[in-house]
Amino acid sequence: MKARDTLILVAVVLVAWQLLYWAVGSIAFRSPAETVRSAAVLLADPRFMPHVRESMLAFAEAFAIAVLIGLSIGVTLGASRLASEVAEPILVALYSIPKVTLYPVILLVFGIGMPAKVAFGAIHGIVPISIFALNAIRNINPVYLRTGQVLRLSPWAAARKILIPAALPEIVTGIRAGFCLTLIGTLLGEMFGAQRGLGHLLMQAMTRHNMDSIMALTLLLVVFAATVNGLLLALDHRLHRRV
Amino acid sequence: MKRVTLLRILVILGAIGLLEGLIHAGIVPRFTIIPPSEMASALAAILASGKLKVDIAVTLTNVAVAIVASMAAGVTIGTVLQRAAALRRILDPLFATYYAIPMYAFYPLLIVVFGLGDVPQICIGFLLAVMAVIINTLNGLDRVPRVLLKAARMHRMSALRTALRIRLPYAAPYIFTGFKLAVAYSFIGVIGAEFITSSRGIGYEISFAYNNFDNRLMYGLILFVLALVLTVNMSLHAWEKRLMMRRQR
Repeated sequence: MKARDTLILVAVVLVAWQLLYWAVGSIAFRSPAETVRSAAVLLADPRFMPHVRESMLAFAEAFAIAVLIGLSIGVTLGASRLASEVAEPILVALYSIPKVTLYPVILLVFGIGMPAKVAFGAIHGIVPISIFALNAIRNINPVYLRTGQVLRLSPWAAARKILIPAALPEIVTGIRAGFCLTLIGTLLGEMFGAQRGLGHLLMQAMTRHNMDSIMALTLLLVVFAATVNGLLLALDHRLHRRV
Repeated sequence: MKRVTLLRILVILGAIGLLEGLIHAGIVPRFTIIPPSEMASALAAILASGKLKVDIAVTLTNVAVAIVASMAAGVTIGTVLQRAAALRRILDPLFATYYAIPMYAFYPLLIVVFGLGDVPQICIGFLLAVMAVIINTLNGLDRVPRVLLKAARMHRMSALRTALRIRLPYAAPYIFTGFKLAVAYSFIGVIGAEFITSSRGIGYEISFAYNNFDNRLMYGLILFVLALVLTVNMSLHAWEKRLMMRRQR
């Protein structure tokens, strides 16, 4: 049922895309078939893979840092009622600022290159992951914790048997949000301050008006993001159903 | 509750003071970050000189257009989808993946299609904002109690009248949440797009100042954006709280 709906959606998107192509014309747009063809050409090009590897490496590092720092902040603050009440509005405010304006600061601190991309991707992901983790820890039913105390569980056993299973579904939701935002942040970082990577290729294609590359790169990025998000979403649903 | 607010202000002031101190002590080099007090004086100088009035006006206008368009489109689409269950089920995976799509990846495409005017920036703001409005509108409309709809049917209200008189007012607080997100996303989208490539606007001026090593101008403008967005968000938050309290009474 679910799979059929997704297929229908993909078909609808393809039809809409083709109709748009007929409406806009071939000067500034490409049809689905042409885009898939240029994506295949791009993937077969040996010069393309180093850019993919560069982007994936930057993204993986940024995501690992975002998860690590985000969870530490969220879990630490969530454990204390006062700290979480003080910090949550600040975190939500940080979430709503256009972080792209902070990019020059990152560049001044880290210089142009890999560290700046990684840092910029990570700051996008840290905030949502910490907000979700904070709420996950804070909203654990106190009865569970008291039961743990009654059973005299050691702190480690309490964390393993109670805290983690109770908080995990929300934390995974946060990690999914963090995944998407970190990817966006890393790409954005590559769009200005980089000599390599998919974001850089996208900017280069834009200045050269290379429509084939723009459309092919956009397609590849969207497919990648949608696929991983779909997998995380399935995990998310499964965890939420278990509770 | 009062104590929490006080602590929060202390934490923020402490962070600003720490930054100020680190820079004055020379631990953070001055050519990387200028002290917050100098950012404030730079911002005051920028606003007093009035030379960026046009850029500020352009950005705010574009953000406003993106907000209004995403609200209008989002509420309309949400209302229609809520009645069309089959269509909604098909679109459901799109809703779930929408925010995973790196929207800025479409920016080069939009520039090629629309040219380097204001339209591509507004489009990015709109695209980011509209889905939040749709999702929250649907969420609110789903919660309208059956009994109210039955009452509407007893009064023989038309579908449009039911929507305007019962469904939408009931869903208003949820739509307001969507509105709050639409404001934040429109700012993020428009300023981010300006920053990537554009010919004017606050985001453009920040990246221009960066490229010219004009740290005072750059940090003044960054402070302006942060202060503006935080003020708008906090006012909306306070307004929402008041609305919610009135509803509970």
